Amino acid sequence: MPTVSVKRDLLFQALGRTYTDEEFDELCFEFGLELDEITSEKEIISKEQGSIKAAGASDVVLYKIDAPANRYDLLCLEGLVRGLQVFKERIKAPVYKRVMPDGKIQKLIITEETAKIRPFAVAAVLRNIKFTKGRYDSFIELQEKLHQNICRKRALVAIGTHDLDTLSGPFTYTAKRPSDIKFKPLNKTKEYTACELMNIYKTDNHLKQYLHIIENKPLYPVIYDSNGVVLSMPPIINGDHSRITVNTRNVFIECTGTDFTKAKIVLDIIVTMFSEYCEKQFTVEAAEVVFPNGKSYTFPELAYRKEIVRADLINKKVGIRETPENLAKLLTRMYLKSEVIGDGNQIEIEIPPTRADIIHACDIVEDAAIAYGYNNIQMTLPKTYTIANQFPLNKLTELLRHDMAAAGFTEVLTFALCSQEDIADKLGVDISATKAVHISNPKTAEFQVARTTLLPGLLKTIAANRKMPLPLKLFEISDIVIKDSNTDVGAKNYRHLCAVYYNKNPGFEIIHGLLDRIMQLLDVPPGEDKAGYVIRASEGPAFFPGRCAEIFARGQSIGKLGVLHPDVITKFELTMPCSSLEINIEPFL
Amino acid sequence: MADGPVAELLLRRLEASDGGLDSADLAAELGVEHQAVVGAVKSLQALGKVIEAELRSTKRWELTSEGEEIAQEGSHEARVFRSIPPEGLAQSELMRLPSGKVGFSKAMSNKWIRVDKSTADGPRVFRVVDSMEDDVQRRLQMVQWGQAEKLGEKERSELRKRKLLAEVTLKTYWVSKGSAFSTSISKQETELSPEMISSGSWRDRPFKPYNFLAQGVLPDSGHLHPLLKVRSQFRQIFLEMGFTEMPTDNFIESSFWNFDALFQPQQHPARDQHDTFFLRDPAEALQLPMDYVQRVKRTHSQGGYGSQGYKYTWKLDEARKNLLRTHTTSASARVLYRLAQKKPFTPAKYFSIDRVFRNETLDATHLAEFHQIEGVVADHGLTLGHLMGILREFFSKLGITQLRFKPAYNPYTEPSMEVFSYHPGLKKWVEVGNSGVFRPEMLLPMGLPENVSVIAWGLSLERPTMIKYGINNIRELVGHKVNLQMVYDSPLCRLDAKPRPPPTQEAA
Repeated sequence: MPTVSVKRDLLFQALGRTYTDEEFDELCFEFGLELDEITSEKEIISKEQGSIKAAGASDVVLYKIDAPANRYDLLCLEGLVRGLQVFKERIKAPVYKRVMPDGKIQKLIITEETAKIRPFAVAAVLRNIKFTKGRYDSFIELQEKLHQNICRKRALVAIGTHDLDTLSGPFTYTAKRPSDIKFKPLNKTKEYTACELMNIYKTDNHLKQYLHIIENKPLYPVIYDSNGVVLSMPPIINGDHSRITVNTRNVFIECTGTDFTKAKIVLDIIVTMFSEYCEKQFTVEAAEVVFPNGKSYTFPELAYRKEIVRADLINKKVGIRETPENLAKLLTRMYLKSEVIGDGNQIEIEIPPTRADIIHACDIVEDAAIAYGYNNIQMTLPKTYTIANQFPLNKLTELLRHDMAAAGFTEVLTFALCSQEDIADKLGVDISATKAVHISNPKTAEFQVARTTLLPGLLKTIAANRKMPLPLKLFEISDIVIKDSNTDVGAKNYRHLCAVYYNKNPGFEIIHGLLDRIMQLLDVPPGEDKAGYVIRASEGPAFFPGRCAEIFARGQSIGKLGVLHPDVITKFELTMPCSSLEINIEPFL
Repeated sequence: MADGPVAELLLRRLEASDGGLDSADLAAELGVEHQAVVGAVKSLQALGKVIEAELRSTKRWELTSEGEEIAQEGSHEARVFRSIPPEGLAQSELMRLPSGKVGFSKAMSNKWIRVDKSTADGPRVFRVVDSMEDDVQRRLQMVQWGQAEKLGEKERSELRKRKLLAEVTLKTYWVSKGSAFSTSISKQETELSPEMISSGSWRDRPFKPYNFLAQGVLPDSGHLHPLLKVRSQFRQIFLEMGFTEMPTDNFIESSFWNFDALFQPQQHPARDQHDTFFLRDPAEALQLPMDYVQRVKRTHSQGGYGSQGYKYTWKLDEARKNLLRTHTTSASARVLYRLAQKKPFTPAKYFSIDRVFRNETLDATHLAEFHQIEGVVADHGLTLGHLMGILREFFSKLGITQLRFKPAYNPYTEPSMEVFSYHPGLKKWVEVGNSGVFRPEMLLPMGLPENVSVIAWGLSLERPTMIKYGINNIRELVGHKVNLQMVYDSPLCRLDAKPRPPPTQEAA
């Protein structure tokens, strides 16, 4: 969930009233926001870097507010205030207009070289805008929030904003060899080639996370004006020449990316949020983008879409009985201007460009429910009549674990993920013989594979509990995973039962006795015949030679039991003899 | 026969005494340790009303070991004085004497001796007076003779400061005859034996009383794991509510079932390497239901079923990628897809509790794997009010009655709501679960009828368990680092029972 931090006093000023923290928290809750933290710059710095560094910092109160991940229109003070004011019916939702310029339209021409790296671009102009320090900061902050969320850390979309008065169109969006791109980037005093910049930014805490997006491509995207001035090298950095300041009056915005839909949404969000500060409020100057195929489009789209939803559908989905007029009113409070039309049961809803999250009638139903107030909805029990069934494997597991405890063994719960070493080297097996599934992106060795046996988890539990009085008698009934090309995903779980006995003596007879007890519980008699079970001398690298047997039940091998090999005991950092038993319980379903 | 010789002697003396006797006096008379007499008193007390014993504490002054030495040998200053011959003694030599340092300064302040620093071979010490009175020794001897009261308060406190004298409290018993006094006490039997039962001798024997304050001996037993005890209770609750358990025994899942089928777009952050464990081997799912896959693809990329879709290029390769399931909702999707293939549609209630995996940053409350609890109801005409109603019933079975619902966003439910409950201990509303109505873009491509709604909710198993058992670090609960003692000691899991009141602070 993205978190927006706003200055409390600025927020209250914009909302036209003050709230206590509790009142504001309540308002957020009702609207689907969360007042996550009340803090200040000073507090944040002192928490992160110590109170000395925080000495000069501001102690203006900050509200950190969590916004839903699909509401890009709530990621800045401007949007939050607009949303809440409309919700509280203090203002009407503004109408955003795209206007043609008095003079020539700004043009951005995309060349075909961009196709392989970052094919899409959109643009717009905010004309005669008036920034203040606060507005400017919010403008920059919104771009950062969009970059982190919908833009997927600039991979899908990257935003560049420029002082239009320092540039002269038309602009060209192209891609060039890194060595052929040379410009002075933001916050640097001299020109660098793109190759040099990529090197410099490897140590830049903020920018290094974006380098991978273009790093290994033969061509890097770049935008020039008609005089060859570099506007930006998306998605990494803007040029210094066109940098915007508090005094900038005309802003040229370009968004480049790999996802056309998202680029358009991002542009719409920026211009709807900040056209508030333009001389002609809520108007945005169009820009023309010419694609390599020669087709040209005008942006921003600022599309208003109409949906018609039947009032009784909303009532039926939410579980309320409101008149169509009331429902229209509720939706209007959610920034969705609505009116009753047709037969009086239909509601026509206008979806503004700020609400890209509304893609289906169910999104409209939710907004009606939010405006109605979730906590005002009458709770009822569905009349769905059903007979419950347990999953047979879990039913068997539940029954067995109780009797395992009754047999004096203690249940443990160990991780399904572990290191290769745990299931192979430490048990004297080669990893290729385990048929284990391998994880491609583990952060540590603890998550290299899914376990193929429960034994390592039990032995590690003993190692962590060596101070406990002996004997230790542990068991676990849980799933292991084996590669299996007969399943749709190529791997299959098996429900295993594993038990260990750890004491000054190996206690094979105790583990053997436990097996006899388990078979008794499963109603499998001892004996060679098809219905019975038997153990036969066997061997395995994890077991002490001559002290291992394979267990056959109902005609198939279900596992092994025996005294563990001293090497295994040592590798798990244990010191006492230990016997173990591990079987697959699925044949007993 | 009495309980040992001391007890027997005590009874004899008591018989002869008029009124009673003091345990310390008796110890002195008998020449035994006081503790032996106290033991005898206690064992006689245990017999009932044979004797009465009243605890008395008396204070008395006693010499410390240094005090006793001084009472015998004289004070350090006196010993220093006596060691100086008429011709004087070199100060350095004097300091080497055992009492040198302490004695020298005391003798100086008593003006018994003086130091001459003008002598050629270093400072020399001479007597000032011919004789002196060693008051310290005399006073200590008075204490030894039991005349401590004769000393003044000031004199005693000075000796105490010099650690020569200490005040000790002595606990003694004043013993008198009880209502059932007798000198012939018979030996008590400790336990009933088979011989006593067969011979009937138990009828004539007295038995030693039990100490009911002692702890019993815990039985040797196995134990169930606390988290899995809670899992059993949640299963029980769902079964009581008529929910059928879904199969979840497939940790490995394709991205298709884990994300795409749930209408979670392919660029969604949850599908990032940072959040999800992907598989190297087997890297891709071998089979997908291709008809259904086509419908899912169309819904994502172009929309349909009344949806605008996400309008991006949906890739089959992305959907084939295998992973460790990040939620059990993937299993729910498989079950709902199977339900959709059954005609005509039959309403269903499902639940599951099983492991899920996240490639997250680990801390005290987050592990790479945890258990997810999920409940699902599919029926015609289900409403948000129904979801809230069923949540109310579910949580009331957990003993949670105060609920509040907050609008939220989940990629595959709309409307969505987070469930909050009031925590009386923390005095605030805490999130206890997440819920919603599955999106039509998820259900309709499966083939479910249009007027069927599916409501669902989920929560983690670990969080309520940690709250229930007061565990702050998840590693103490799950995994091999668990403290087995905690497993041995954990009580039954009764989710609806009132929590144990916190222990009252005892006065120190």
